[in-house]
Amino acid sequence: MTTTEAPPAEIGRARTRKEDQHLITGHSTFTDSIVLPGMVHLAMVRSPLAHATITSIDTTAARKAPGVVGVWTGRDFPEQGGLACAWPITPDMKSPVHLPVPTDTVNHVGEIVAVIAARTKAEAVDAVELVDVQYSELPVVTDLAAARDGSAPVIHGDLGTNVSATWVFDSGEAGTGGNASAAIEAARSDPDQIVVERTFRQQRLIPAYMEPRSTVCDPNGVGDQITIWSATQIPHILRTMLTLSQGIPEGKLRIIAPDVGGGFGGKLEVTPEEVATIMVARQLGKPAKYTETRSETMMAAHHGRDQIQHLTLSARKDGTITGFDVDLTANMGAYLALVGPGVPILGAFMYNAIYKIPAYRFSCTNVFTNEVMTDAYRGAGRPEATFAIERMMDELATELGMDPIEVRRRNWIRHEEFPFTTVAGLTYDSGNYEEATDKALWHFGYDDLRAEQQRRRESGDRIQLGIGTSTFTEMCGLAPSRVLGSLSYGAGGWEAASIRMLPTGVVEVVTGISPHGQGHVTGFSQIVADRLGVPFENVKILHGDTNISAKGLDTYGSRSLAVGGIAVVKAADKVIAKAKTIAAHLLEASEDDIDFAHGTFTVRGTESSVTIGDIALATFTGHNLPDGVESSLDSEAVFDPENFSFPHGTHLCAAEVDTETGKVTIRKYVAVDDVGVVINPLLVDGQVHGGLAQGIAQALYEEAQYSVDGQLTSGTFVDYLVPSAVDLPDYITDKTITPSTSNPLGVKGVGEAGTIASTPAVVNAVLDAVRQFGVADIPMPMTPARVWQAIQDGSTTAGSNSSSMGGAA
Amino acid sequence: MAKITVAVDGTTYQDEVEPRMLLVQYLREKVGKTGTLIGCDTSNCGACTVLLDGASVKSCSVLAVQADGHEVTTIEGLAGINGELHPVQQAFHDKHALQCGYCTPGMIMRSVCLLNENPHPTEAEIREGLNGNLCRCTGYQNIVAAVQQAADALATAGGAR
Repeated sequence: MTTTEAPPAEIGRARTRKEDQHLITGHSTFTDSIVLPGMVHLAMVRSPLAHATITSIDTTAARKAPGVVGVWTGRDFPEQGGLACAWPITPDMKSPVHLPVPTDTVNHVGEIVAVIAARTKAEAVDAVELVDVQYSELPVVTDLAAARDGSAPVIHGDLGTNVSATWVFDSGEAGTGGNASAAIEAARSDPDQIVVERTFRQQRLIPAYMEPRSTVCDPNGVGDQITIWSATQIPHILRTMLTLSQGIPEGKLRIIAPDVGGGFGGKLEVTPEEVATIMVARQLGKPAKYTETRSETMMAAHHGRDQIQHLTLSARKDGTITGFDVDLTANMGAYLALVGPGVPILGAFMYNAIYKIPAYRFSCTNVFTNEVMTDAYRGAGRPEATFAIERMMDELATELGMDPIEVRRRNWIRHEEFPFTTVAGLTYDSGNYEEATDKALWHFGYDDLRAEQQRRRESGDRIQLGIGTSTFTEMCGLAPSRVLGSLSYGAGGWEAASIRMLPTGVVEVVTGISPHGQGHVTGFSQIVADRLGVPFENVKILHGDTNISAKGLDTYGSRSLAVGGIAVVKAADKVIAKAKTIAAHLLEASEDDIDFAHGTFTVRGTESSVTIGDIALATFTGHNLPDGVESSLDSEAVFDPENFSFPHGTHLCAAEVDTETGKVTIRKYVAVDDVGVVINPLLVDGQVHGGLAQGIAQALYEEAQYSVDGQLTSGTFVDYLVPSAVDLPDYITDKTITPSTSNPLGVKGVGEAGTIASTPAVVNAVLDAVRQFGVADIPMPMTPARVWQAIQDGSTTAGSNSSSMGGAA
Repeated sequence: MAKITVAVDGTTYQDEVEPRMLLVQYLREKVGKTGTLIGCDTSNCGACTVLLDGASVKSCSVLAVQADGHEVTTIEGLAGINGELHPVQQAFHDKHALQCGYCTPGMIMRSVCLLNENPHPTEAEIREGLNGNLCRCTGYQNIVAAVQQAADALATAGGAR
């Protein structure tokens, strides 16, 4: 056998996706398309009130309705356990009992008060109208500040407060920096320093994945198991949590996440609807399906963001930051979601961003309101942090009359300073902010756009131009288990993989991550093809079924490649190690003399070789193996990262503001991202594009709004503006590649980068266009009405605002 | 109940349906065309888009009885009999114009209609033409590129199929 030419490397290749064929031909396997013999369909009776005592429920008429096989109220589910929160951020965190179907009190609009099962979905929905629920209304709390300061009525009487927990990080106490309070106080009386104090509102957002949540439960699954299909990001966590909260033995549960239509953190939850579906199926002994309507998704599935950010930054007049204090009020909603309390805390390590800040303090107070609970949404804590610091950098630049890029340059970590331990205690392994920024400025044509901006200002053009900058980093690859332990998280952050070498040349790779659109099947195939030297087409990735992928921690926090992909690499390396022993035997050589490259084991200095596929077949037959060697190459690995990875980049946005209508149009958007080594540029660009869309949407379009009586007034796609193709620009994307030194592939994460970076870039751009009119801030989303109003108000009070640069145009 | 006769992807079906049944429910629940998906309840998202006598409709906004005597083409009827992808399907794959794939059936069917109406659309015309179909994953850039590729492919092939 002769060694053949090395095949082109798969890593780095823009492979089109293996996942596409069934999705573009309509042969998808989304949960709502699953139909089982004898299956009943569920519909939920939901609370129309935000806070009330349930005084009576009359289900008589509903039970008699055609096709209805059962009606359950909370009291008809004595087996139900409270839904668990897995992240007690402080030992004294207050957490109310969260029953899937409450028995006495409802705490937000849309809580389930009764469940109907019928032969058809239509019959179930018809019967919802026939359930008569009487409520006694209780006072409603929707104001975060009032919930925090104690002036609002207490929602959960047994807790005695609307404050769930306060979590604090102080670099002075942690020994990672100075005392921020002292630094800021000193700055206030120092003529060579300024103190910039701002309050920003991170509005509430709705994840708005395109597939509404759906669950099918077969209580009579194969092998005496309860088989549950669910539109979830977290089949493994769902299984464990169902055992812990509902007392169903873990081995009895098989969870399958089939095709899942997007998640963005929104399907990182153990939901009341899942538990209710399982309880009905088990009580009836028949399969049951529940699929929510879009209105139900909006009303009852968890939301994201929703914080008040009070920020105080001190700096010397040359732009050098001397201290930063972050005080957050975070809206948990009515209950604590699966990881809800920890979401704002994930941001705690990112407010210092790419800058060398000598003193830093972070405090977050989580409060309850009568709104649906909040939890992960793309970026989860880190977009809020990046928004805060990148807005503050522009505020600082404005106050000092400096160029916003220059202020950033003066503070950021230089590329030769890595690895760099930050004031928040993380060690950034690699990065090159200078290169990414230079590249972004080149694509953007920064100087030309600044010149045009000046011309438009001078001519009083109706269309004013603004330029916004965001030089961001994020921590991803969640997460080193020891770090999660130090934050009191209820689980680890490792990921598992196993590889099965089939006799026909197919390599089966089982991963514990759970894709729902990212393209992991394609990307992981590329990694394995390179590592084992097998054809891309021969790699089969299996996932999303706890009977197949028995061990895993699923997909969120840009962890799938940086943690799950590395577990695959580790498993592949074990396969190679096992195969090498057998190769030496078959080639009658010492193992020390065997080289492995491109799928072939060769005796060094000879042409004697054997392929890994040959060895897989040899283990299948088992005819000729060395003594004492197991007849298998199959291997498994668990990878627990030593560190996070830290993607970064520079995003620049040019926004045009129509000063007569307030309409904002993105003229140019440049995103230069450094996500380390790129496995597949097609997939990376796709993730960046989608992330940008969601971040831009936070800046300009989306807001979940509640009335004072707790009614969601943005409860459909009519009222909640998910942008369409006409609302978004064409993006210019490019990369710099600074390999992560924390994992053997040098990869970082990319799922959240676009969302994290883009919101402040857009907001900074819009403000840059209208500060000339005396506008200091515009709350998100920056709708035409708000922008127009800000221009009117700013113009009438021009000169009274300390942040303004120059007078009205 | 009303009796209807509908041709779906080349097969004729006769059914008794409730007058209130939506076309999308009919397709999914009665005909088994689960490739057509439901994403909202306000006719905003376009995930359920199919062709009714060749023109795109949101099948959540059409009653099954309104399809009586008409022809419906779903995503499942778009590829050739031998499995050959329609140029729009091929372009969505080539340009990475889908991620989770949930909006994709509707997005593809709308794009097919768009190109029938306007075989040589500008980027702005594509974006305007897809305004009624929401995608949460892609940020639309690759979808626009896919429609452009399909337009070129269809032009080369001598017009829309």
